[in-house]
Amino acid sequence: MTITSVHLRRTPAPAKHAPDGSTRGRRIATRVAGYAVLTMFALIFIYPFIIQLANTFKTEPNASSDPLSPIPHPFTDASFLRIFDGTDFPRWMLNSVFVTIVVTICRVFFDSLAGYALARLHFRGRKTLFASVIAVMAVPGVVLLIPKFLVLNQLGLYDSYTALILPTIVDAAGIFIMKQSFEMVPYEMEEAARIDGAGIFRTYWSVVLPMVRPAVLTLTILSFQGSWNEFPFTLVAVQSPQYFTLPRGVANLVSGSLGAGTQYPLKLGAALLATIPVAILFFIFQRHFVRGANEGGVKG
Amino acid sequence: MTTTSNDPPVPPGRSGPSGEGSGGTGTLRQRPAVSGARVPVRQRGGGPRPGSSAERRRRYTQIYGRQGSAGWLFVLPAIVILGIFLLVPILMALFVSFTNWSGLGSPFASSTPLVGASNYTHLFTVNGLAREDFMTSIRNNFYYVLLVVPLQTVLSLGLALIVNGRLLRGKGFFRTAFYFPSVTSSVAISVVFLFMFLNGGAVNALLHFFGINGPQWFSDPRGVIQIILGAIGVVDPNNPPAVLANSHLLGLTTWDWIAGPSVAMCAIIALVVWTTSGTFMLMFLAALQNLPIELDEASMIDGASRWQRLRYVTLPQLKPTLFLVITLGLIGTWQVFDQIYVMSQGNPAKTTLTPAFLSYRTAFKDFNYGSGAAISFVLFLIIVLMTLLQRWIMRDRDRPPGGRRWFGRPTEPPVEDELPLPVVALAVGEARRP
Repeated sequence: MTITSVHLRRTPAPAKHAPDGSTRGRRIATRVAGYAVLTMFALIFIYPFIIQLANTFKTEPNASSDPLSPIPHPFTDASFLRIFDGTDFPRWMLNSVFVTIVVTICRVFFDSLAGYALARLHFRGRKTLFASVIAVMAVPGVVLLIPKFLVLNQLGLYDSYTALILPTIVDAAGIFIMKQSFEMVPYEMEEAARIDGAGIFRTYWSVVLPMVRPAVLTLTILSFQGSWNEFPFTLVAVQSPQYFTLPRGVANLVSGSLGAGTQYPLKLGAALLATIPVAILFFIFQRHFVRGANEGGVKG
Repeated sequence: MTTTSNDPPVPPGRSGPSGEGSGGTGTLRQRPAVSGARVPVRQRGGGPRPGSSAERRRRYTQIYGRQGSAGWLFVLPAIVILGIFLLVPILMALFVSFTNWSGLGSPFASSTPLVGASNYTHLFTVNGLAREDFMTSIRNNFYYVLLVVPLQTVLSLGLALIVNGRLLRGKGFFRTAFYFPSVTSSVAISVVFLFMFLNGGAVNALLHFFGINGPQWFSDPRGVIQIILGAIGVVDPNNPPAVLANSHLLGLTTWDWIAGPSVAMCAIIALVVWTTSGTFMLMFLAALQNLPIELDEASMIDGASRWQRLRYVTLPQLKPTLFLVITLGLIGTWQVFDQIYVMSQGNPAKTTLTPAFLSYRTAFKDFNYGSGAAISFVLFLIIVLMTLLQRWIMRDRDRPPGGRRWFGRPTEPPVEDELPLPVVALAVGEARRP
């Protein structure tokens, strides 16, 4: 295998020193076309955000007469003033921050705990439990809206912070991710820790958990993003405006009292502010996320 | 948890304190129970003969005993939360779907009228508004799936193939640009697209630039197939032929069934393809980067053209990922909710009504929780059937009989052994997105 691959790696070389004019021309043309297609698609993927940003700073007449232009004319920050004065936006933001932080911390802790047990500890019913986790993962979220309302209602939790937080602090997908990564840790580390006298929880917490840091980070990002953007669940968990999170509040702006077709700079601005935390998270950790994607591939 | 960490430091697999210093060659080398070995490893030295049942039992408690309680303790929070907020509620909803609960009091009180299967029969066999709405939502979602799944799969695969080009500069930039929409809030992005698809909005301004008069997106209920049939002169959309307009199937006329997605639905389709393609591109990209380069090079030496290499070398190797992307697409598209809620609420003329939204509306706006729950369960069934059907179609016929079948073993998800972990991580993340 080694010999063949070395051999193969070398062979494309001859193509280099025998290109006739037409091949080279065609190759350049393909590359130019490739870049053109990519740039066009990149524009399609980015321009909506530019429109959002630009129209947030436009006056309402300007936004409706010239929505496509990336430059506000005249430039105004009136929509932001109205977001903070005329709506409950600050309240939604605080709610979102609170709920997201609590949910993320709990999820990472409980998911990794369960993932570790399913990956490494021997106890009766482990296989059945893991099969149940897989089954739970397959249940589509939207189907669970009415069921979740029913149980929150029955427990008297409906319309409270507990309702927003408690049902989401464990998720089967997170347990699955953690189990998969714990299984890749070499046993020798745990054996050494046990021999040095560490108990099961300590072995997990101080030895094995730090070794799956990339997976923990991935789970943290997924949980944060999922919880920050969560919308349908809030519809069936709370109804008082005091418990609205950002997605719920922004959705209410659009379908609620302000009605459709008006005040778009304000709505776009609120949506923009709601996007920023996840955007920051994404730009900081994306490199790590994608790098993790390549390293994990070793498993094959 | 503290109890377990305070336990005396007896390494599992050892035979008590005597093993501490005199374990000899055997003790440290053995793979203790933590190693995941199914059968406890043989111990050397004294004690009952290995293999005797007494010895086996003793060793089991010794090795697994503490792990047993610790294991259950570790998974306890997960079991409690998933049990109370997932398993129990599903059973509760199943019960409610056989009642006419209106949201007052407890659905389990004796005053709640039990109606048997009538909530279900009203969706399928009994003529009426419930069936008409439900069948309309099924039709809408069907056309939505029919367009979104192929479009997002082809677009994400195409983008991944171009971004994966070995000579491409600025890979990181393009990857980020395509992936970013996938991580943003569905509500926030729906607001942006709602603005863009206003009658005098950015999309129509752009179309106007190319000399096209854009439609009135979110107030246009006409079906695309109806428009096309009208445009080529086959039928007059305002006066459809009697054979189409007067024949009924499950509460809708044939003319309604073949309508295609409405213009309003097309705007939502554009949004969804735009947001989801990034994640799927990343999955294809991770899979492409895991392909052995030798195969591609070998085919290059054999004189295969670019297209042949793609068709006969790359694509067959991408089959597991393709399988996953299509499955996730089928699961996700039947769950479309957020976009409908923010952008159209099922309007115009119910052409963007989907089962997920209809279920929500029936329960929480019309206060008919029984019927809403029934729609949820039918939707659940549809999603399960889609997944099974897709698995059956894409099953690997080359696999020797007796190997893993299209059902997979319950403890072993079909994606696990064929895909790199990050793809799986992305996938499970994606599967949670309604």
